[in-house]
Amino acid sequence: MERMQQIVRQARAAFNSSRCRSLVRMQQLKALERMVQEKEKEILAALKADLHKSGPTAYSHEILGVLKELALAMDKLPSWTLPVQRDLLMMRNEAYVCPEPLGVVLIIGAWNYPFILVMQPLIGAIAAGNAVVVKPSEICENTARLVSDLLPQYLDRLYLVVSTEAAEMIISQRFDHILYTGNSTVGKIMMAAAAKHLTPVTLELGGKSPCYIDKDCDLAVACRSGSCKPLAGAQWWGRDPAVGAGDYIICNPSIQSKRVENIKATLQEFYGEDVKSSPDYERIVNKRHFKRILGLLDGQKIAHGGEADEASCFIAPTILTDVSPESKVMEEEIFGPVLPILTVKNVDEAIEFINRREKPLALYVFSNNKKLIRRVISETSSDGMTANDIFKHSVVPDLPFGGVGNSGIGAYHGKVDFSHRHACLIRDLKMEVMHKLWYPPGSQKKVDWAKFFLLKRFNKGRAGLLILALLGIVAAVVAKVSFGSLLSAWVCVPSSVP
Amino acid sequence: METGSVFPQPLEPLGQQPPGSGAGKAAEDDGGGGKGSVDGDATSANPYAGLVSSLRAAWLSGKTRPVEYRVAQLEALGRFLDEKKEDILEATASDMGKPPFEAEFSEILLCKNELHETLNNLSDWMKDERVDRNLVTQLDSAFIRKDPYGVVLIIAPWNYPIHLLLVPLIGAIAAGNCVVSKPSEVAKNTERLVAEMLTCYLDNDCFAVVTAGVQETTRLLENKFDYIFYTGSPSVGKIVMAAAAKHLTPVTLELGGKNPCYVSDTCDVQNVARRVAWGRFFNAGQTCIAPDYVLCSVEMQEKLLPALRKAITDFYGPNPQESPDFGRIVGDKHFQRVQTLLHSGRVVIGGQTDEEERYIAPTVLVDLQPSDPIMQEEIFGPILPIVIVANMDEAIDFINSRERPLVVYAFSSDDKVVNQVLERTSSGGFCGNDTLMHVTLTSLPFGGIGNSGLGMYHGRFTFDTFTHHRGCLRRSMGREALNALRYPPYSQQKLGIVRAASEVKRKGTCTLL
Repeated sequence: MERMQQIVRQARAAFNSSRCRSLVRMQQLKALERMVQEKEKEILAALKADLHKSGPTAYSHEILGVLKELALAMDKLPSWTLPVQRDLLMMRNEAYVCPEPLGVVLIIGAWNYPFILVMQPLIGAIAAGNAVVVKPSEICENTARLVSDLLPQYLDRLYLVVSTEAAEMIISQRFDHILYTGNSTVGKIMMAAAAKHLTPVTLELGGKSPCYIDKDCDLAVACRSGSCKPLAGAQWWGRDPAVGAGDYIICNPSIQSKRVENIKATLQEFYGEDVKSSPDYERIVNKRHFKRILGLLDGQKIAHGGEADEASCFIAPTILTDVSPESKVMEEEIFGPVLPILTVKNVDEAIEFINRREKPLALYVFSNNKKLIRRVISETSSDGMTANDIFKHSVVPDLPFGGVGNSGIGAYHGKVDFSHRHACLIRDLKMEVMHKLWYPPGSQKKVDWAKFFLLKRFNKGRAGLLILALLGIVAAVVAKVSFGSLLSAWVCVPSSVP
Repeated sequence: METGSVFPQPLEPLGQQPPGSGAGKAAEDDGGGGKGSVDGDATSANPYAGLVSSLRAAWLSGKTRPVEYRVAQLEALGRFLDEKKEDILEATASDMGKPPFEAEFSEILLCKNELHETLNNLSDWMKDERVDRNLVTQLDSAFIRKDPYGVVLIIAPWNYPIHLLLVPLIGAIAAGNCVVSKPSEVAKNTERLVAEMLTCYLDNDCFAVVTAGVQETTRLLENKFDYIFYTGSPSVGKIVMAAAAKHLTPVTLELGGKNPCYVSDTCDVQNVARRVAWGRFFNAGQTCIAPDYVLCSVEMQEKLLPALRKAITDFYGPNPQESPDFGRIVGDKHFQRVQTLLHSGRVVIGGQTDEEERYIAPTVLVDLQPSDPIMQEEIFGPILPIVIVANMDEAIDFINSRERPLVVYAFSSDDKVVNQVLERTSSGGFCGNDTLMHVTLTSLPFGGIGNSGLGMYHGRFTFDTFTHHRGCLRRSMGREALNALRYPPYSQQKLGIVRAASEVKRKGTCTLL
């Protein structure tokens, strides 16, 4: 506890003393880029040791995304101050919104993408000028150790790493923002702890992302994309393009068996005859999750797969059919290479089914019918969605990625969301005559003038500016003439105040 | 915004909600369950569960989504402000002696501003926002869809009881949500007005008004909402956020704090005195963004005091108690609390009180220590303490050693001084050379940071607050050959192509950075 307090105090002191300027932030981002490039081998080795991620998989899942995020942040960093519109009354003044750092930000990573889920928020937090405390997931020991060794070598003392302290110790401290990636249960604990200090949170949680396959679509294509989920194995979470997404499939019963056949064919294409020996197929992260996922198969109709090997935490890509909505596999996020298929009569039933459940992180629709796609988007709610593909919406840098309802709060990716938007108005100490509109004693005339000035707004076009200037001059003259005399009458005769 | 508890009144007698209010509806739906009188056990069934689920059903039906529906509801709000203006002025006068000019300005005019801003721009705000795509998604449709959250709860305070309910409500309706509004029970007359009259203007299927005291509000917060917007004190803000955490409900908390007001030695003293006095004594000091205390040098204090005295006399006459332009404290408890703060330091202007009228004169205190009671809590009353600092640096250190406030004020004829204070402090908002006026701009976001709150609103920011920005990508069924690059079996070659197609290239590096 004491060590934690000390770390946070240190980070806050460092932040207050330096108030990270653009130059410092840019240096840190460049240093991070160097770190990722120079230590690529070590990062890939750690991911292989922790999650059995193969080289190309690990590179495209974890490193590529980080490099993209860095490039985006470094490009957008200069464009900070946003000028905003002014009202007539504020003509001679400056009004703008200035993004400012929040202070000390806590980032808690997850184990399924242990490197990128720490690095991407870190990039955003640094770009926004904050000091950061990072807690990588202790489940991926090698990656956690690597991150805590490397970050201090490349970044300066503003950015500190915590790898060993228990989560409860950390979240009892006061931070200025907390970003947590994980599950809803712990998400609630995070938010409750944050509430004690009124700390804003970004919660990147999960949920069961539905994948609706319409009768009118190219099944082979749908199945190939949809198969991506079990293909890359357990740690798929609808986050990575190569890994796929979609916790479960809903479709009409008539296409269910065709779907299974298509997936079987695709699995063979991807992993060959013997999935276990494919270098591109991963393992479950640990025994606890292995047992949990196997438990979900109890009492289910296994159309394909189901083989498991506890020693290596291997579970074969498994397809379940005719799954009941009340079964265990439909209660929690699977987080494993098991794909349930549920049947519905039509898109109306599918939409109703989706809306009855908690809002998911992602929603997928496969159809050639654009109207149907538009309808599903409009009548459902999810954090993000992709039509006719899986997961790709998270690859587009300018699309916000976050959660809604049970799948999370807040968003990041590309945009820097670790800023406070500081609203600033700088007025002139002169032009006092205009201020007299607001001062007591009140009158209907003053109210009418106030309405005139406040209720109209002008846009900053050339013609608008000219009219603005002319009106301003006229208004100032009129105010001085009419109010000047009236006010001096009122001010000089206090007893006439009604 | 408020000090102490937001819900200081004892539990309201059950079953006495005004007719036509949403709370009445809850009673009907539940058969009066949870009201205590019917089943005798208020803890078993949540009294508002029926109301929340009926609003959720209304939201799921899609009724609030079409732009025409939202516009119609917003226009009805506009009619409410026009037709019930006199009732609003009367209710706020009864509740806290609010002068008609202040009521019209803050409760009517500023709300109408927000309404017009929203109606003028709603179609644009609702549009899907196209975003840049990378090579891999070049031929696809990528956009941000503005989805409503669902059923949102707005809890309003008593100091600007119409404004601080209606402005968030405007944004929530504009964003397509169903809304439960809970006006403050402390401003009794306005609460009754809102419960009885607002419901006549809005569609009761989708918008409800709940009147509730402390315990009932606690029960209300047990329900799952899709967004909660709370304006009030930091201590209750923590309770609201903890309740929201149980359902992972996002929140906006508009809280308060002590807003410092630095006055440098180089300034037009009379203008400064007028602007500071106006900001401090507006609504008898019961304003979350009022300048809470002044920081200045001894020399400036000497010039400021006569200037403040003059400004107060100009505004309210020699006896402010007789001025129709000066308000009263809202309730007895609040009056006691503020009156106690007069014992800090030394009174140099004002200091008179009248318990029967809940009147506290516009007061200025000097000879204060940072440890005095008045410097420990948000004043929320017509008292302006002046704290001496040697210079701007000391003022900035003083401000930075305390919780981050809702707004920092700085007065100086020297732009550099104003900019220094802006750059070296942190607060929700900032206003140089004036008070309160930054909130009249619908283009500036309004919100707190740290203890003064989280989230922001006003103008488009209110719409964005109540909108879930949903990332959407629509691809075509074809072009499958291109997708093969990302499927297993993986290879370095595939990786190379994927990298080239999806990376973000750096533009030419700027030497300035």
